[in-house]
Order: sequence, then structure tokens, then C-alpha cells
Amino acid sequence: MDIRFWGTRGSLPTPMTASQMQDKAIALLKAADGRSFASDEELSAFIESQPFWTRSTYGGDTPCVEVVLEGEEHLIIDLGSGARRLGSEMLARFGPGAGQTYHVLMSHLHWDHLMGFPFFPPAYIPGNRIIVYGCHDAIEASFRRQHRGPNFPVDFSHLGANIEFRKLATGSTVSIAGADITPKLQLHAGDSYGYRIEAEGAAFVYSSDSEHRIEDEHAAEGFVDFFNDADLVVFDAMYSLADAVSVKEDWGHSSNIIGVELCQRAGARRLALFHHEPVYDDARIDAILADTRRYEEIRRDAYSEYQPLEVLAAYDGLVVSL
Amino acid sequence: MQLTESRDGEVITLGAGGRIDHETSEAFQKALEPFLSRCAEGGDALVLDMGDVNYVSSVGLRVLLMASKRVTAQKGRIVVAAMQPTVGEVFRISHFDRILPSYDSVAAAVAALKT
Repeated sequence: MDIRFWGTRGSLPTPMTASQMQDKAIALLKAADGRSFASDEELSAFIESQPFWTRSTYGGDTPCVEVVLEGEEHLIIDLGSGARRLGSEMLARFGPGAGQTYHVLMSHLHWDHLMGFPFFPPAYIPGNRIIVYGCHDAIEASFRRQHRGPNFPVDFSHLGANIEFRKLATGSTVSIAGADITPKLQLHAGDSYGYRIEAEGAAFVYSSDSEHRIEDEHAAEGFVDFFNDADLVVFDAMYSLADAVSVKEDWGHSSNIIGVELCQRAGARRLALFHHEPVYDDARIDAILADTRRYEEIRRDAYSEYQPLEVLAAYDGLVVSL
Repeated sequence: MQLTESRDGEVITLGAGGRIDHETSEAFQKALEPFLSRCAEGGDALVLDMGDVNYVSSVGLRVLLMASKRVTAQKGRIVVAAMQPTVGEVFRISHFDRILPSYDSVAAAVAALKT
């Protein structure tokens, strides 16, 4: 099972600005300090040795994650703006003549998780099949609404693909595209749902848009069970802990600190920070990643029973093999 | 959890120790409680001596946040002091250093609160 991240930003698409790009160029040239490179390989090795924020970007598309399985059918979680590039790549890879089946799990219906669908090219092509799953009653209505004028020029009824909607229920596991999938209710305005996906000997958890109340140990234990022994947990780490429990309490998001604590308690092996705050630039996310890795070490020093937890910051284009 | 207590004028210093986490935070909160009610405008000021605390989890940080909120509402003053380096890192990483004033030593904290 591979996890491919197409959109990792929270709330709103966040393109890099011209000045941010210039800052990267300046940082790289300063680091090079006038040296010359004998080959492209040597240059690439130098670039790779630099901090992520100077040589790359976390990207700005909103949540869309592909679970790549061995079968021919496709499994996707959420249709944020990252779904545009995912759909385009699928079309380029398979062509318009070879109908594909796309299974889509929706965490919830806030716009940042839905806005990519009108720009998902496979939806326009007859022969494709798109099956949308979720626990909300209003999924189909929400999909149809964002295609209505005056918000969008192409009505949902004009989409060429065969599109179905299926309701899921918490507490039960369903088999989709060869994977066993279990939804879990999460604390978020209008409710959101996390998904635990088990297939091909690996366990993956997608838990975005989820607030965790520190004082609610019963709820924490539920998430420890949900994350149990997972190979990768994608976790909503939008805010600092201080913000999440004070000025941004009830805003429906969590922090890197809670992500580390829950994953360590659950014995998870990897934590991917996700749903990045739109106001954070790449350097800030780099710093948050370094801080999170340090907190993981501090906590492991305090509790000898915890195994090492690898901490990543998800970026648009990242692929994690489980 | 037992808190050590010492007084210098209107400033009370409370010392905690060990880990403040899901196992100890409730006891820490209960031990702190009697002092919070007196920490108001014109009353005592509180210094939490963290010198013997070797780890604070999110649950422990929340106890400190609730204490700070309550004291602030009462127009009182509460600070932390003498944090071990790793506890100081937890405060910085969690951004709790932006919520609770901290001092390198108890003496510095007491001096600041007496002025």
C-alpha cells in the first residue's frame, strides 16, 4: 500500500508567492557560497542537502490523499483542490477510453475537502465510475450544490461519469477496493469522520479535521484504539497546542503535540502532520516538524515503554510506502 | 501530589516534582486549587517552582492554562520558574511560553512579583 498526498493544506488553497520563491533562491545561493558544480549529480546532491523549505515546498492544495493498492480500482480520501492534479494524472495515465473506477471516502463536507471535484477530469468522461462514500446524510446534495449556477457553469447532471453515493456507518467495517475500511466519528463542526484502512498487511489511518479535548480521556482512549499499531497516521496538526486549547478552542482542529501523544500511546510507527495552516510558509512548517520530532524524543525519554515514532510533515507529492 | 510551600511577603512559591501527566495531573490540580482562590487582586501572587518537574504532558499544560485563566480573571498573578531545559522546550514547542510568564530562577520570579 502506498499513500500519495495530492493536497495537504487546510482550509484554503495556498499558492506560493513570488517573494517566497525569491527567498528560497536567495537562501540556496547563499548556501552555495559561490561554489561551482562539476555535474548535475553533484548539483542535485547539494540541493538535497539543503533544508526542505529552501529546496522544495509543502504545496498549497487542500486535502486529497490517494491510497494506492495492488488492484485496478482507485481509492481516494477527500476531494480538496489536490483532486485536480490527481484526476489529470489519472487521465494521462489511463487515457479517456479506458473507464476507471474511483472509490472516494469523504471525511466531511466542508468546502476545502470538496472543492476539487468540479475540476476532477474523470468526472466528465463517460465510462468512468465514481462511488462516493461517507457518513453524512447530505453528501450527494453537497456535491450537486457546488455544481449549480451561479457558482459553477457545468451542472452535476451534465457530468459524464457514472456517479453513485453510498452511506457508511461508524462502528462497522466495509470492504472497498480490496481494503477493510472503518470510519470513526470525530469532533468537528458538522461532524467529521476518520478512516482506518487495512490492506496488504498494512494499516493506515486518515484523521484530519479532528479536535481533541485534552480533558476527555475517554475520547483519547478511543483514538488510541483507532490508531493502534498503525503504519501511518495522517493527523490534523493545524494549530499549536496553546492555540488549540485557548483562542482556537472549538475551531475543530488539533496540534502536533496531541498527534505525538496519541500515536505513541497507540504504538503507531509514523505520524504525518497534515492540514497545514494556510498562514504558515514552508520555513514555518519545517520548524514545526523539527519541534515535533524533538517533542517525540522528549516524551520517549520520559516514558521508556514507547517505541520510536517517525514524524513527517506531509507535502503535496509525498509518497509513503507502507 | 504534595506541593512544597514557602512565602516571601505576598508571594507564595509552590514546588512540584516528577511528571505532570495523565497520571498525576488531577492530583496536581487538586493540590493547586486552594492557592488559586487566594491569588487575586490585592492577594497572594503565585510562583510555580518547576525545578523538580522532569516532564509535562498536554494534560499537565492544560492544568496550568486553567490556573492561569482563573487567576487572570481574578486579576491575580501566576508565573512559572526554574524549568528544567526539556520542560522549557515543551513550553516553547507547545507555545505555552506565550501564555504563562516564566523566569529562569525562583528568586527572579519572586523579585519580579514583589515589585
